[in-house]
Amino acid sequence: MTHAHTHTPTHGTEKAPFEATAPASKRAAPAPAPRRARTWRLLTPWLFLLAPLALLITFTYAPIANMVAYSFTDWDGVSPELHYTGAENYTEIFTREDLFQVFWVSGYYLAASVIQIVAALYFATILSFNIRFRNFFKGVLFFPSLVNGVAIGFVFLYFFQDRGTLDTVLGLFGYHTDHAWLGTPTSANVSLAGVSIWRYLGMNFVLFLGAIQSIPGELYEAAELDGAGRWHQFRYIILPGIKPVLTLTVILSVSGSLSAFEIPYIMTGGATGTETFVIQTVKLAFQFNKTGLASAAAVVLLLIILLVTWVQRRLVPDDRVDLV
Amino acid sequence: MNRRTVQVLATVAGAALLLPGCTGTGGSAKGADAKAPDDPSQVSGTITVLTVRTDLVQDGTMKKYAAEFNKTYPKVKVEFQALTNYEAEIKIRMNTDDYGDVLLIPAVIKKDDYPKFFASLGTAAERSKKYRFTDFTTVDGKVYGQSPVGVMPGFVYNKRVWKQAGVTEWPTTAAEFLADLKAIKAKTDAIPYYTNFAAQWPLTSWTYVDGSVHCDPQATTKLAEGDPWAEGSDLRVGDTLLYDIVKQGLAEKDPTTSNWEESKPRTAKGEIATQWLGTWAIIQFQDAAKKAGVNPDDIGFMPFPAQTDGTFCATVGPDYNQAVNVHSPHKEAARAWIDWFTDKSGYDKDNLAISPLKDAAMPEVLKPYEEAGVKLIELDDAAGAKVKLIDDESEVGIYKPEYRQDLVDLARGAKKGSLDDFLGGLGKKWTGTQANVGH
Repeated sequence: MTHAHTHTPTHGTEKAPFEATAPASKRAAPAPAPRRARTWRLLTPWLFLLAPLALLITFTYAPIANMVAYSFTDWDGVSPELHYTGAENYTEIFTREDLFQVFWVSGYYLAASVIQIVAALYFATILSFNIRFRNFFKGVLFFPSLVNGVAIGFVFLYFFQDRGTLDTVLGLFGYHTDHAWLGTPTSANVSLAGVSIWRYLGMNFVLFLGAIQSIPGELYEAAELDGAGRWHQFRYIILPGIKPVLTLTVILSVSGSLSAFEIPYIMTGGATGTETFVIQTVKLAFQFNKTGLASAAAVVLLLIILLVTWVQRRLVPDDRVDLV
Repeated sequence: MNRRTVQVLATVAGAALLLPGCTGTGGSAKGADAKAPDDPSQVSGTITVLTVRTDLVQDGTMKKYAAEFNKTYPKVKVEFQALTNYEAEIKIRMNTDDYGDVLLIPAVIKKDDYPKFFASLGTAAERSKKYRFTDFTTVDGKVYGQSPVGVMPGFVYNKRVWKQAGVTEWPTTAAEFLADLKAIKAKTDAIPYYTNFAAQWPLTSWTYVDGSVHCDPQATTKLAEGDPWAEGSDLRVGDTLLYDIVKQGLAEKDPTTSNWEESKPRTAKGEIATQWLGTWAIIQFQDAAKKAGVNPDDIGFMPFPAQTDGTFCATVGPDYNQAVNVHSPHKEAARAWIDWFTDKSGYDKDNLAISPLKDAAMPEVLKPYEEAGVKLIELDDAAGAKVKLIDDESEVGIYKPEYRQDLVDLARGAKKGSLDDFLGGLGKKWTGTQANVGH
């Protein structure tokens, strides 16, 4: 796609209306190309898409389709025989209230994601201004996102152990506690949600930082000349400037909270009231060999997340950002 | 919902309609036999042996067994694959034809399906003359697996600590056992009992009290037919003991962060006094003792504190059973490996385990058992498949860690409720399912 639009906008969040600004002469259609050339032109983008589409279909849509198919059967995950049971699995899911009780646990992760987003936003704002050791702090904040989730689980098991890292560090400050961090449902869920903040803060931080840095620098200068302080700069420049990214992060956080899995699974295996919906599904599939029922549960979770996302998009429409 | 989402959902739904029934292994090979080769020097082929012993594959012990095997079977090449999370990984692989030539029979496979997945090793009538545990893998008179070692549940304990607390005789009742643990708590620095709550699977071994408590070879059948938590039944006795241990503060302070690997050297050194595990654990604890520079002879093993007619009872059962993949192109070579590994490898002795051969002597570590006259029984596994079905269907999970984790949480007050209600609830779930499960 060629266009004579030389003034590329410096702020990445804005989509310039190319069509409108392109000179009319460029848009006039040339003499119709021969048929073969036209076929090629139609085909070319699809050729480029071949590899990613193949990967996407093989590893995303085919498994989902399979899962939906299994959810109507009584398959145990390995037996060569499986029977079609109709909507029986779905009926079971919606009639057994114990299957939905685990969603209360997601509340801890939802609360944690609020803290996480606020913290990430705070750090991203501070570090987008010129301060000392800026890159070092960026590295420190982003580092946990690079570590394997399983390793994080194990490290934090030591951290929360009786006389473990946390108790030792608190002891250094003269606070000697006898608290079993993973010992009661509340304490365990708060601890796990804390680990989750530590783990995913970096990712949010980087998203925010990227968005903030795409806001043109002149805006701050102009605002400063007009006498705006840091808070006002944040309130009236940064916040509206990164709104699409912020919405995206909130959506990701909510769906992430509903489907929290690896950290509680590795650290407690769902014991002591830390079982989430996904852990429960995994247990149904791999412990009790009810692959059919587990698939149905996974489909239900997928639908819930799609629903929540849709509601959010309705409440906060994806507006175009226009700072200038 | 925007247009893209609708399209995606439509695609998914459409594909779902096309795809049902695309699982399943071919049933064509069903009923194949893995015959023992007549001439060892003529068998050839490369076989893959799946195992859970990651440690033995990494330190080269398995290679040494293979080298020894090649002295009799020079043309067979043996390769090993150790799976860390065996049950979960093998389950997925068994949806294809490619799951090694020799593998351990996973718990997920229903007994009736054995002929679809494994090649037969011979008839039960013929094999049971020589080997123990044949009925655990017998379907329609044919045997599909053989365990290379027998295991027996029991308490691994530190003799020095128990002696230090003034206990010299094995406790004969649960009450005595609790009193002994209290003495250990009072007189030594050791943790009297370690639950290994966080590792989860050690808690499942409490199910293997079944049979020991009342010296009943038909204990498994009783699970299939009655309420496992009825007053005085084996599982209730075992679970009540575990509950009391935790309730009376005789277990580790924070079970949720317990550490299995660490518990081995700690038991060897006497920081932990007791754990309910099995004979298979003895060698690991002795190795941990050697590594920690303490006396491996301090590791002792004792039966469940219950006596019938004045004697202790202990159940001997198979560990994982080895089987031949029904799709294996080298069934003779695979069969040769299983026979050699069971009869001649010395794997049972290397692990201080009970031999699967009926005429073999008991291992040295069980000498105290012989002296105390502990009666060893083998459980009848005829109803074993039904028990597993009820277990899965009811989601109670007697072979899974979850309900014992809840039990421990209940005992230490992290979960509300009474023991009677808890066990009663399990029993209700169990017996309620019993009626729906056929066979």
